Parts: sequence; C-alpha cells; structure tokens
Amino acid sequence: MSIDMSQFHQVFFEECFEGLEAMESGLLSLDIGDIDPEAINTIFRAAHSIKGGSGTFGFTVVAEYTHIMETLLDEMRDGRRQVTKQAVDVLLGSVDCLREMLTSIQNEEEVNAQSVAQHQAALETELNGSSSTPSAPAVSAAPPVAASVEEEEEEPEIEEEQGWKISFCPYLNLLRTGNDPVRLFRELSALGQLTANVNIQDIPNFNELDPEECNISWELVLVGDIAESAVREIFSWVEEDCELELSPLAKPKKKKKPKAAAPALIASPVVAETKDVASAAVVAPPPTTVVKKVPTEAEAAKNAPKASSSIRVDTDKIDTLINMVGEVVITQSMLGLIGENFTMDKVGQLKRGLAQLERHTRDLQQSVMNIRMLPISFVFSRFPRLVHDISTKLNKKITLKLVGENTEVDKAVVELINDPLVHLIRNSLDHGIEMPAERIAAGKPETGTIELKAYHRGGHIVIEIIDDGRGMDKSKLLAKAIEKGLVEESAIMTDKQILELIFMPGFSTAEQLSDISGRGVGMDVVRRNIQSLGGNIDIISELGKGSTIAIHLPLTLAILDGQSVAVGDETYIVPLVSIIESINITEKMLNKVAGKGETFKLRNEYLPIIRMREIFNVKSGAATKPNEGVIVVVEGQGALCGFLVDELLGQQQVVIKSLEANYRRVEGVSGATILGDGSVALILDVPGLVRLSVC
Amino acid sequence: MTEKNEIDAVENETGAKRNSDTSNIIQYLSFVLGKEEYGVDILRVQEIRSWEPVSRVPNVPFYEKGVVNLRGAIVPIIDLRERFSLSKPEYTPLTVVVVLQTGSGSHTRIMGVVVDSVSDVISIERTDIQSAPDFGTKVSNEFINGLVSVNERMVMLLDVDKLLLLEVLEQNDY
Repeated sequence: MSIDMSQFHQVFFEECFEGLEAMESGLLSLDIGDIDPEAINTIFRAAHSIKGGSGTFGFTVVAEYTHIMETLLDEMRDGRRQVTKQAVDVLLGSVDCLREMLTSIQNEEEVNAQSVAQHQAALETELNGSSSTPSAPAVSAAPPVAASVEEEEEEPEIEEEQGWKISFCPYLNLLRTGNDPVRLFRELSALGQLTANVNIQDIPNFNELDPEECNISWELVLVGDIAESAVREIFSWVEEDCELELSPLAKPKKKKKPKAAAPALIASPVVAETKDVASAAVVAPPPTTVVKKVPTEAEAAKNAPKASSSIRVDTDKIDTLINMVGEVVITQSMLGLIGENFTMDKVGQLKRGLAQLERHTRDLQQSVMNIRMLPISFVFSRFPRLVHDISTKLNKKITLKLVGENTEVDKAVVELINDPLVHLIRNSLDHGIEMPAERIAAGKPETGTIELKAYHRGGHIVIEIIDDGRGMDKSKLLAKAIEKGLVEESAIMTDKQILELIFMPGFSTAEQLSDISGRGVGMDVVRRNIQSLGGNIDIISELGKGSTIAIHLPLTLAILDGQSVAVGDETYIVPLVSIIESINITEKMLNKVAGKGETFKLRNEYLPIIRMREIFNVKSGAATKPNEGVIVVVEGQGALCGFLVDELLGQQQVVIKSLEANYRRVEGVSGATILGDGSVALILDVPGLVRLSVC
Repeated sequence: MTEKNEIDAVENETGAKRNSDTSNIIQYLSFVLGKEEYGVDILRVQEIRSWEPVSRVPNVPFYEKGVVNLRGAIVPIIDLRERFSLSKPEYTPLTVVVVLQTGSGSHTRIMGVVVDSVSDVISIERTDIQSAPDFGTKVSNEFINGLVSVNERMVMLLDVDKLLLLEVLEQNDY
C-alpha cells in the first residue's frame, strides 16, 4: 500500500510558493558587497526545502532545477563565491522560472521546457563562469542543455516481481555524518531480496581522492511485498544527505536518470558515461549538469486538486475560537437548565445568562472574524520585486520602504487590493520618480524613495503610497482635461478636484506610452475597484516634491458597528466608525448660505447640514425642525458634515447584506441589514452621501 | 406481477408528463392586476406571500416599493400595478406578493412583485399563444411574451427575465 501523495500536493504547492516568496524577498534584500550570511542562509533553506519536497512528490524537474540553484547558493554561503548583482539577477530569474514550473505542474500542464532550459543555462553559466574555484574541464564537457531537455523515447518495462527499485545517491558528506550505507543495505535485505549495483563512475583520480567522501551511488532492487513507507523509513536518517528515488518494480515506468550529486567544489575531470540500470539509456552527466525530464510518473499524473481558496491560520486564533465555542456551549446548557422548570423568581438568573450569551456570541464572532484577518504583508511582499524589476528596466534608482506590514485586514480585502496597488506603484515608478540625472539637477538625492505604508485608523485600514518624485502638475492636468473635453474651459476647480481628474476614464498625461503605464485606462478602474470594496482613494501631490495616494478601506466586509437612527418612520444605520459625535443644536447655531443650504457652527467650524428627510425624500412621520432633531456629525472623504435625523435609536452590530445581490446599487446606501424584528434597515454610505450633497 | 405493472404504469405516467413538458404544454400562474389578467411561467415562481410592510429604498422609481427580508436575503418588491399604471395601489393583508426567480446573467436574482390577486394555474399549448399586438406606450411589447385566451378571458404572458432585467437596465440610466 503506497500512500496517496496527491492529497498533500496542495500543501506542497502552497509551501513552495511561500518558499519562493521568501527566496525572492531574501534576494532583494541582499546588499551587494555587504552580505549578511543569515540572509543567504534563509534563501538557501527555502531552496532546499523546495528541492526536498519536490523530490518527495516526484517532481524531478523541479528538484533537479533547484539543485543547481542550491549549489550556487551553497558556494555563496561558504564564502567561496562573491555575491554579484548579476548572480542575484540570475537567481531572481530562476525564482520566476521555478514559480512557472510549479504553476504548470499544479495545473497539470506541460512544463515550458524552453524557458526552463534558458534559465538553467543562465544559472550554469553563472555557476561555472565566475566560480572562484575554476572547474574548466566540467564546463567544456557540458553538453548543450537544450538538447538534453528533449523527451526521450522510453520503453515501459514490466516485471513480474513486486518490489522497489531504489536509486540511492548519497552526498559527499554522508560518511562524515556517521552513516554507513552498508548498514542501510543490511536493514533493507531484512525486508526482502536485495540486489545492489554500485555506480563508481564518480570516483575521482586517485591523487584527488578523499577517503572521507562518499563518491559512489547505488541502484538497488528490492524484491518482495514491501510498503513504500517501510523502505523510506530505513532511509529516514540519511534523507537530508542523499538523493533518494523509489519506484515500484511492477508498474511500467519510465527510466530515471542518475544525476551527479557532486557539487562544483570538487569538479571532477572524470566524465564517464553512466549506465542507467532501468532502461539502459545512456546519458553523460558532467558534474552540475542535470538532465531534465517532465515527470511522467503515475503519482504525478494523478489528479491534483485544482487550486482552491484556502487560508492559513495561526493556531492561537483557532485555540481562542475553540475556547469561545466552549463558553457558548456552557452558557447554552445553563440557559437550558433554567428553562427546564422555569419560575418567575429565576428571571434574574435568566437575564444574567442571556447577558453572558450575548457577550460570548460577540466574542465568538470576533474570533471568527479574526480568522479571516491576514497581515497586509501578503500583498506588500510582492512589491520589492516589482520595484526592483521595473526600476532596472527604466534605469532609475529607487528604494522601496515598507511600513506596517503586519497590519491585519480581511482576506477578501487582501485579495482584491493587490491589482489596484500594483497599478498605483507602477504609476509611481514610471511617472512619479524621475531619472537619476533629473533628480540630481532638482537637488534631490539620486535614489528615489517609494514608501508603502499601512496602518489602522478607526475602523479602516489606510494604505498609503508615498513617492518623492516629481509630483503632478496641476496646470498640466487641467490643460489636458480641457483639451480632451472632460472639463469646461471656464470651470473653476479646487486643487483636489483637479487631482481627481486622473480618475476620469481615458485620462493620461504621459507624453509617451510605455508598456508599464500611460494608456489612461487604469486609474478609473483602480478607483472603481476600491469603491466596490467600500473604500475610497485620495491624492495629495505637490509639484517637484512628490505625491501621496491614500486608500481607505474597511477592515472587514461582513459586519459593522452601527448606530441606528430614525428618519420619519424609517430606520437607517450609520456606521459607527464614521460618526464623530452627535449633538442637539439650537436655532442660533444655524446659518443659511445662499444657494448652498444650511450650515451650523460646531466649535469654530461651519459644517454643512444634510437633511436626511430631504435627501431621501422621506414623507412619512411628522417633520422635525433642525432644533428638534439630532445632528449626527460624520466624517466622509475627509470632510465633516452633519446629518439631520429625527432621533438616535441605539447602537448595535449589524451583518452587512448586499443590496445588489437581488436588487441594485442605490446612491447613498452601502448595503442593508436585518434588524432584530426581522425588518430591513439600510446602511448609509457616508462618503457617498457627503459627495451626493456637495455635488 | 401486479406490483410491477403498477410501477410500469407510474413510470409511463411520469414519462408522458415529461414528454408533454418538453413538447407543447406550458403551465402559467395567472394573476390579476386591476381588471386585467397576466401570466408568468410557473417554473419561475418561487413562492406566493401575503403583503407585509417593506423598507422603503430612497430615490428609486415609485413602483419599486422597497426591500423585505426573505429568510435572510434582501429582496426587492416591485408593484406591478404601478409599474403598468393599472390600479391604485392598495395594500391589505389580502394583497399578494409573487416571488419570482430570474436567471439573468451568471447568477439568479429573486424579486417580489405585488399583484391584486392570484387567480389560477393554467396549462397552455404552445401553439395557442398569439404574439402580442403593439400596445403603444403603456406596456411596452418588450416583456409581453404573447397572449392567450383562457375561458374567453385574455391572459397576457409576461417574460419574467425581461421584466426583471429591465429594472437592472434602468439602473444604468438612472
């Protein structure tokens, strides 16, 4: 019985992609010239676990490819190789290549052999070309890689016996770790009939031979009805120190190719031909050259589940959740006990129980919501690479600063915010930051800075993209808008309104289109995406000094704290986070502004009043005068404003239901909820209302 | 033996039903608006409820009465009488809301329509359906599938998808 490995594929891929991200960020943070050994170690570890995992799952292409990266990294780690910018770029390229390979394997597609070969060639050139320990013979012996990628015709081999074919290639240091292959073989022969073939072609010339190194590998055939796990168990102690491949004998199988596990360190001049035991195919593997083959094993071909949406959760969070559920169960049984033979004198007890239940329900809800919360670094971690690539392409010098990566946001927000952010950062890179010469001429440091910042404010998360580039030229914006007929020539606009022109569809001031940005589709899409998440986007820009783009997003999309207010006979919910305060006003605080309606004076500010009754055309119920109602002072889109309502009803948490699911978007309303009595109340879209009243 | 015959009989019956479904007979739920009778494809009817107060939605056309809570879903209620300018809307406990399903686009929507009363389930041969004449402005031809005569009464068959899709289209103009 072999274990069905495919069930672990999903986890494996997730871990691989995480590992790749770790490698990527590690590579980007490498400071050429001043190398932190720990940083290289991190990268190395990530590469190593990808190699290990893919070997286990039979994705040999990946394992072999990663092996080359590992060799390169190993030399860097030991200080035998200088870390050059070129090497880092090559490694970054191979991270991409690996990601591509893994994605295609995950989707059960053919791996793009050509691009793999390309990257591999680059890696090898790097490995061989600039190695501090030259390995000239090996280089000259390397066959063209592209040729070795070709799929070879293989004959399936069917044998009668049950058992395993084991290819065991120990690393050089196997003996140093105190392991003795002979002992392993003895263990194996206890399981069944064991035949061992030894490959000795990797043994170097006598004068180069180090008796402490293990230069030989074995092809073992183990006959008998033996579980794969039993075989693997025997090798479990040496797993880290060898290449191990297991394949069942009975199944028709494609041949495996032994690979030279020798790192370039002892570049062996002996490049002999290897005889593959299984299919007698002949390949010539010089050290550090690995022959690629698309995995065709039955295991790999098994249907891996298609990428499904999953989430990794801190166990702490789950523990809290379980605790909460326990509390709820206890309270529920307590209430059940009270209800069983209820008498009026138990009312106090009942009330206490209900209060407890309420508290626990709220806590439970909170911990469930917490599970959905992910740190924003899930999004941010992709950007160093983006900045690195684009700035290289544009010949600009740019550093990216990340602030507040651990700020937590709802998973849905994390997923949807990525594309808009990529767009905004590309914009900053392309249009914002100037060329180095231009920067120096402007008296700014040569290297531009883009800061990506996330923090909580109220019930919102704020994401800011700050660059110290050239900023936006408002007069140019306005001229362009007039030229495109988006704005009347006579229009008088505030600076803010002018900046917001860039959100108009079809608006671009870039003189030249590039493949990075400038087509004028985009900013309007960005804004629409962010608004669909219930957020908004602001720009501050100063010519010559830089721009700041701030995105405000709700923390969660499912539940909010609301203040219910009465307008006529109707009930509306105002999100608590947008309420600054609620006040009663007197007649003399009121002022009329011609044409613009009413304002009232709050401390030293004049704030506009929005009469909910008028803006929503409420006809029912007795009309109230401003001084009879309550002014709810709210903040929306950075502006304060007073909503005149009849009465404040109460605060409660409400579950947000979409109006659009069955209906449509309604101006001034962000959603609906169901109140305790089963009726529906609308949730006000405060920024939208403020906008509605100002326009 | 008898048992088997019975089963066969049942099977024949359901088989026949299925055949007729796919061929010519369509069932419609007919209802009354003012003095006129309309019908909708019965497969589109999710349920029939009595009128209950709705939560008004601000700044929408007058015939969109508002939304109600239908077992946790927010469902809009449209008064067809007002939509077609037929009768003065009166809301009594006897007023009926027909909850209709529509599969516009990728997802289905649910919508309630207010009618004066539900009258009947009618089975109609496909061939009996006449195409609708031009009504002019009052009821645009668009969401009338056709006319049919049932017991000397004329029933107008509504196309639910178009009727409910129209509400969505309007949103864009709005």
